[in-house]
Amino acid sequence: MVIDTLKCVGCSDCVVACQTENDVPIGYCRDWITETVDGSYPNLELELKSERCNHCDNAPCVRCCPTGASHIVDGGIVLVTNDECIGCGACIESCPYDARYQHPEGYVDKCTFCHHRLEKGQLPACVSVCPTKCMYFGDLDNPNSEVSQLLRNRKYKTLAPEAGTDPHVFYLT
Amino acid sequence: MQEELFTSGRNIPNIDPSLEIWHWPISVYLFLGGLSAGLLFFAALFYMLGKEKEYPTAVKVATVIPPIALSLGLLALVYDLTHKLYTWQLYMTFRIESPMSWGAWVLLIVTPISFLWTFSYYREIYPRLEQKLQVFKKFKFLNGVEKFVQENRIYMAYALIPLTLVLGIYTGILLSAFNARPLWNNAILGPLFLVSGLSTGAASIILLAKNEAEKHLFGKIDLALIIIELALIAHMIMGFYAGSQVQLEAVQLLVGGEFTLMFFGFVVILGLIIPAALELIELRGYKVPVIVPAILVLLGGLVFRFVMVDAGQLTRFLY
Repeated sequence: MVIDTLKCVGCSDCVVACQTENDVPIGYCRDWITETVDGSYPNLELELKSERCNHCDNAPCVRCCPTGASHIVDGGIVLVTNDECIGCGACIESCPYDARYQHPEGYVDKCTFCHHRLEKGQLPACVSVCPTKCMYFGDLDNPNSEVSQLLRNRKYKTLAPEAGTDPHVFYLT
Repeated sequence: MQEELFTSGRNIPNIDPSLEIWHWPISVYLFLGGLSAGLLFFAALFYMLGKEKEYPTAVKVATVIPPIALSLGLLALVYDLTHKLYTWQLYMTFRIESPMSWGAWVLLIVTPISFLWTFSYYREIYPRLEQKLQVFKKFKFLNGVEKFVQENRIYMAYALIPLTLVLGIYTGILLSAFNARPLWNNAILGPLFLVSGLSTGAASIILLAKNEAEKHLFGKIDLALIIIELALIAHMIMGFYAGSQVQLEAVQLLVGGEFTLMFFGFVVILGLIIPAALELIELRGYKVPVIVPAILVLLGGLVFRFVMVDAGQLTRFLY
């Protein structure tokens, strides 16, 4: 997933779309908006971005899961099998992004990149509703995909790359 | 200056503003697990050395603690799970990269052995209780079980040495395997928890021991372990100061931050330095009630687990 921080206005539409699409219980969220102010007055810089699970290639949550409930499916998406999760919380402790939470029903839940929609050929809910079209989703292994081209032509960053997780949500800056 | 805030009003229970996923049962379990590992290690070691008669507390009497402590510890662990009905999923697979999986399997083996070990000495240490309960008369098959475990004690001892070391170390690695929590993420935590567990084990043997020779020996062992533990703690703190920004921030919690009094006051001074000094004075021949350093070591071990679990969850990667 690629997110353009220059286009994001922080409207939280992605957050609401996700909560509606995935029946996220009230008080919880799988994605969220952060507002980062950098610098000192009057030279301030504001960055808005939508954050979520980074679907890391070297995912610490998958490594520490004692039951194998957290796993990586073909294509690199990190998922949790509810019926295998015992709710021990190890994956929550292991995530540098704090992207996971304990669902009130007990199991651990997080962004799935709307895996159920992808299977039908649809885009993740957050991407499809974004009013400024600042979010892009596609196959990074395909050099001709929109996301691959964006990453070739624009400057980007990932979150906490020093954590060594190899995150797969990229922010254009 | 940089300021970051959630504009979508994120406030997820137990995660925002700071992580609170692992609660007091985890700290209590880490303490009980370490204590049991220490006690069983000494029991197996001194049995293998053929010192069963010389050090009866270590080999026989004190081993009544691990089955109780491990059972309580396991209950505490399950209590802190949020999807409890699926706990059996732990035993459907073995995940080599997950410390918790290692722990679950080791506990599955160590806990029954700890019961069998105590059971094999039951008639010897509690003759009066047996007279009252008459367990062996009521349940005839127990005689056969007892004979079998008594004959095979040496194999249990062989198994216990590596298993208790894994159990002791894993309680630390469980925390240190998370690089997202900089206070936990240091390689010394495993050995440190092991040494601390052995030290609390030695302390409880001192508490229960009746003969002077045994108290004396475990006083010496405990003293040596405390010195190693102090050295490891010094290394851990030095490691943080030589670390990256996130680790520098993490160590502030222990040095000059929220947990300074708990860590240096209760763990380092009351739980390690004072008992070490008292044990040293005792070894020099002065009369010191050994119960004092032993209890201080046990309390220090418990507080240490609470400090590490609670403080660790306050530390995180800032990005």
